[in-house]
Amino acid sequence: MSDPRDNVQQEFLAEAQELVEALSRDLLLLDEAHHRNERIDPALVNEVFRSVHTLKGIAGMFGYKHVGAVAHALEDLLDDLRLGRASVGQQLLDVLFDSVERFQRLLALEDPQSPEEEPGVQAYIADIRSIGTEPEAEEGDPLDKYTIEPAVLAVLTEYEEHRLRACIREGLRLYRLRAAFDLTAIDDSIDTLRDVARDDAEIITYLPSMEGGNEDTIELVVLLASRMAEAELKEHFEGRYGTIEAIAERTHLPTLPPRLTSIPSSAISTGPQPEEDPSQASLRSVANSVRVDIRKLDHLMNVVGELALVRSAIDRIVDRFKGESVHRQSLMDLDRIGRGFERQLSELRTGILDVRMVPLGQVFNKLARIVRQAARERDKQVRLVVTGANTEVDKLIVEELTDPLMHLIRNAIDHGIEPANARTRVAKQAEGTLALNAYHKGSNVVIEVEDDGGGMNAHQLREAAVSRGLLSAEAGHELTRQEMLNLVFLPGLSTSSEITDMSGRGVGMDVVKTNILRMGGLISIASEQGIGTKITVTLPITLALIRALIVTVGSRTFALPITAVREAIPYVPEEVRSIQGREVITLRGETLAICDLARLFGFRRSKRGEGRFVVVGSMGNRELGFVVDQLLGQEDVIIKALGKSLSSVGGFAGATDLGDQKVALVLDAPALFTEYFDGPDALRALETHL
Amino acid sequence: MAFHALIVDDSAAVRAFVRACLEDASFARVEEAETGFEALQLLASNAFDVVIVDVNMPDINGLELLAFMKKSPRQQGARKILISTQIDGADSKQGTELGADAFLKKPFEVGELRELIQDLLGSAAEVSR
Repeated sequence: MSDPRDNVQQEFLAEAQELVEALSRDLLLLDEAHHRNERIDPALVNEVFRSVHTLKGIAGMFGYKHVGAVAHALEDLLDDLRLGRASVGQQLLDVLFDSVERFQRLLALEDPQSPEEEPGVQAYIADIRSIGTEPEAEEGDPLDKYTIEPAVLAVLTEYEEHRLRACIREGLRLYRLRAAFDLTAIDDSIDTLRDVARDDAEIITYLPSMEGGNEDTIELVVLLASRMAEAELKEHFEGRYGTIEAIAERTHLPTLPPRLTSIPSSAISTGPQPEEDPSQASLRSVANSVRVDIRKLDHLMNVVGELALVRSAIDRIVDRFKGESVHRQSLMDLDRIGRGFERQLSELRTGILDVRMVPLGQVFNKLARIVRQAARERDKQVRLVVTGANTEVDKLIVEELTDPLMHLIRNAIDHGIEPANARTRVAKQAEGTLALNAYHKGSNVVIEVEDDGGGMNAHQLREAAVSRGLLSAEAGHELTRQEMLNLVFLPGLSTSSEITDMSGRGVGMDVVKTNILRMGGLISIASEQGIGTKITVTLPITLALIRALIVTVGSRTFALPITAVREAIPYVPEEVRSIQGREVITLRGETLAICDLARLFGFRRSKRGEGRFVVVGSMGNRELGFVVDQLLGQEDVIIKALGKSLSSVGGFAGATDLGDQKVALVLDAPALFTEYFDGPDALRALETHL
Repeated sequence: MAFHALIVDDSAAVRAFVRACLEDASFARVEEAETGFEALQLLASNAFDVVIVDVNMPDINGLELLAFMKKSPRQQGARKILISTQIDGADSKQGTELGADAFLKKPFEVGELRELIQDLLGSAAEVSR
């Protein structure tokens, strides 16, 4: 019999990943509250517990032995924490933070049972177990004060009982809210109830009761704890929700039958719930989201591409019969239908793209953890300032972006921000600032990693490049300061005078750059010694579909992403000058470098001189004119990867189908820019491929 | 004959696992609920042959659902399996009192679940070969 686990393995990995991310996010909140000496929200601790608890359960079922073992040990610790037998301290936080990376590594193992991991896992579990617990204060059971029915106590989990006791100890009163809910809209009603309760009452649990329930409605008894008096609470809830009554306090303490022992590890969430649009009531479920494999969306987008081809086929039919009076009415109808089709298609396309979008905050949360950890390892004080966490980009880009950004951040803390004493010596605040900014700019998203550290030494970079033989001394002498800074992206260059365990590990700046370029992005660097460094990454918002300018060069058709195009102007051969071996023209008083694509690709030009165009491309702060033969217009294109045999060819982002069985190569604008401006061998490398 | 099953668990991976176990081996029609609230919606309008419910869920926990099903006329024919991380002693006592027919300890194996279903439902859950 087949093992059903094979089919749902993906489901496991996706959920495990989500749980670890949620854990990481919640730990940061916990850490923040601890450092500010704020009250630790029990709901938050419970969320942390729940993530680890669920992870433990599914890891065991899917054969992730090590993940399961670590989660199990953590679960015990967190259970103590949420039940008040342990408290949040630095040692505990450190151990918890360690778990995030451990889980990620263990989940990525090819062999999740690998015996090599055993010693490390066991050592870590010993660390977890070494954290002491505190005995619970025993001063009689506060629950004895109340007359709660045994039937209710029988269905409470240990955690729910604990919350009841904790609330009573804090001086809150217990209430019973009895309300009927419409089953079809119960999720929304519960959400509103939570909102109403949020600041004034803690919801301990919901008990479904049969009384008053039928196919359409259900009565719930909600157990609440609140500081409010009964009259106040009545005003607050009644009218909106059934009836509320205080649970009577006992006048004298009777001898109680032994309470049922209940399940030790369970939970109730009273945490804030995401806002929902109340206008969309009805049959929707509590979790109103689905997890979708991104490949399915790619497939849908390909279908949209095919439909776009259908649309242009209709256009061509209309064009073909234009001027023939016989079918005039039919043609007009066809044209109108075609335009309607186009509008719907465009909505569909926008809709699919929208689904792919996720907020960058997902990555920023991971990065916040890295900042905290790196700062601790380096013994530096670093404050992280994040702006634009809601900026949305394509899911694939977010995934690809994590590693490069992580490296930039480690670099900033490792090499950028100085130790506190060095900072105070130069009259800077002891605490360094690391800013992570994201914003949309046109159809690009810009991410800046900025630190107020010591800045980069451009001359040192040049010397390092020369001494490693990456650059001749003469060539080095001619570099501008910006060009010297750009040397940091050369493979094999590191300015670190000492190898630290952080900078020595992982990818270098050259790999960061390669990764960004692969996504069709651009990376630039600005740095002032003594003031700080700013790395700017510019990326397309989506990888799926781009608007492109279709041009011809020689007999070939090319697509140039419109995001990289600023304008197109007629090419006037007489205006071309040569500066330092590069062709330039003057555009509105500014010098613009131009690059003749026909010459670059080694084509014999089909047109000489007149009638050609300069397409002015702009990326970041740079501009470059591409000389082309013809402009065919704009189109939305889907970039398809080039086959294996062509994938090493530089300068092209892929190919696209223009319909009519015409295929165009999509020019990789960022690569062309980078090669042209930064690469010492600029375009030569490209030419040899063609 | 197909049997109608409900799995209530807040973990998507566990739900997918249970669904795959049952659908792979028998003529089960499996429905899923992520929360107690979703479960209540389904329980109100369906008569299930078997309901598998995780004890540890936020808001409405598994024990509360068992207590509800015990009183629900529609679910009198349902066999109830409680999933828990600890099923020795306390848990099973509490669960049994609330009408659980069987217990599954998480993590559980494919075979364990299939055998349990077959024991509970007999020929209805005949394993297809």
